[in-house]
Amino acid sequence: MSAAAGMSGRRGRGGLVGYLGDVATLAGKDLRIEWRARDTFPAMALFVLSTMTIFHFALPSGSSDRAAQGMLWVAILFTALLGLTRTYAPEREQGMFDGLLLSPVDRSAIWLAKVLATLVFLAAVEVVALLAFWLFFAHVGGAMIAAVVLADIGLCAVGALVAAMATASRSRELILPLLLLPLSVPVVVGAVGASVDTGTGKYLAFLALYDAIFSLIAWGTFEYVVAE
Amino acid sequence: MKKLLAPLDNAVGLAVLATVLIAVGTAMTFFYAPVDVDGLNQKIFYFHVPIALTAYATFGWGAWKALVHLWKKKPGADLESYVAIHQGTIFGALTLITGSIWAKLRWGHWWLWGEKELVLFLIIFLFYCTYFMLRYSIEAGPRRANISAVYALFGVILIPISFLAIRLATNYIHPVAFTKQGPQMAGSQFATFMVCLAAMWTLAGALYRLELLGKRLDLKIRELRELVL
Repeated sequence: MSAAAGMSGRRGRGGLVGYLGDVATLAGKDLRIEWRARDTFPAMALFVLSTMTIFHFALPSGSSDRAAQGMLWVAILFTALLGLTRTYAPEREQGMFDGLLLSPVDRSAIWLAKVLATLVFLAAVEVVALLAFWLFFAHVGGAMIAAVVLADIGLCAVGALVAAMATASRSRELILPLLLLPLSVPVVVGAVGASVDTGTGKYLAFLALYDAIFSLIAWGTFEYVVAE
Repeated sequence: MKKLLAPLDNAVGLAVLATVLIAVGTAMTFFYAPVDVDGLNQKIFYFHVPIALTAYATFGWGAWKALVHLWKKKPGADLESYVAIHQGTIFGALTLITGSIWAKLRWGHWWLWGEKELVLFLIIFLFYCTYFMLRYSIEAGPRRANISAVYALFGVILIPISFLAIRLATNYIHPVAFTKQGPQMAGSQFATFMVCLAAMWTLAGALYRLELLGKRLDLKIRELRELVL
């Protein structure tokens, strides 16, 4: 509804191909910035490894693998949060957000590009995290990898939107966890369920449902969050 | 001025009606509805559940006004959405308190993570508490109104999704009074419940009107002051 309103006359290139081209250009820009500066990825990777080390000592000796798998999800969620605080940092630091809004692209394309760029960061960090988890703690199964992929999509879709809200507010980094954590409770329920519980299918289906619903709403409402 | 004061009639009328209904509801709870098999502690059901349903209703109303704001660009819808969510948060806090008391009486603990309805409500409550932090950390203006509205819309999506998430997990002990077969209670209990529900909704309506009136007056006074100075 809302995104459709934004599409009229806003787009540089027409059609779905043009839209996806805009998204690719914008996401590519973020990835190129990260490739050159290497700000976010090393920080996220170090953070997730440090968190796991803390968990090793926080879990009493003799704790089950199930407890460790639950902890892995806390680590992943907080790492995603750390990455999301940097989502709009390049624009903010260079004062380029207005430039981005004035560029002839649909605003939802900006959101989609941010989601994709954040997904790439998060997926790269999770390769490190899951390897470390497999080495230090417990076996990583196919269900867990599927849960990680589905949970990432949901977290990044919601995260890219609430990060834009946080950027507009005075309290920025302070408010982002408050915005994201209640919204990510269903993701944690689904992801932990898929990792440790029997009946993986229903949890994965639930994660997919979450991704679909929240992506759709975030895609439709992003325009209002960034518009003056 | 007449237009400005118009909601006052409603607020007063609703407040009187709410007082009467609450008095009748309380009397029915203690003198009309029979003592349940669970004992006297079941009486809190007539307050706890209507309060919880009122909280959901006001959150829903807030989201509806948010949608009206984004969709129709109706002036004032943002304020109405904010007031509804404010009332919802108050009733939400009451739900958590009455739910905790009931849990203590019935199961011996103030808080049970196994009690899914209470956990769901905690998530929703935390989510809406952040609404106020978000709203007041953004400069007043169209941007704040838009962001608040989008956040309020996320709330009504989060409620069913969280509900589903919590139902997925097992260990369900919350009593289910309303099933597909209809309400699982005696006629007199159901009547008492409905009166209490009507009482809470009227109370919420009165408080909503009253707060809205105060906030609108505030805005008018600020505008006048700016004109004078």
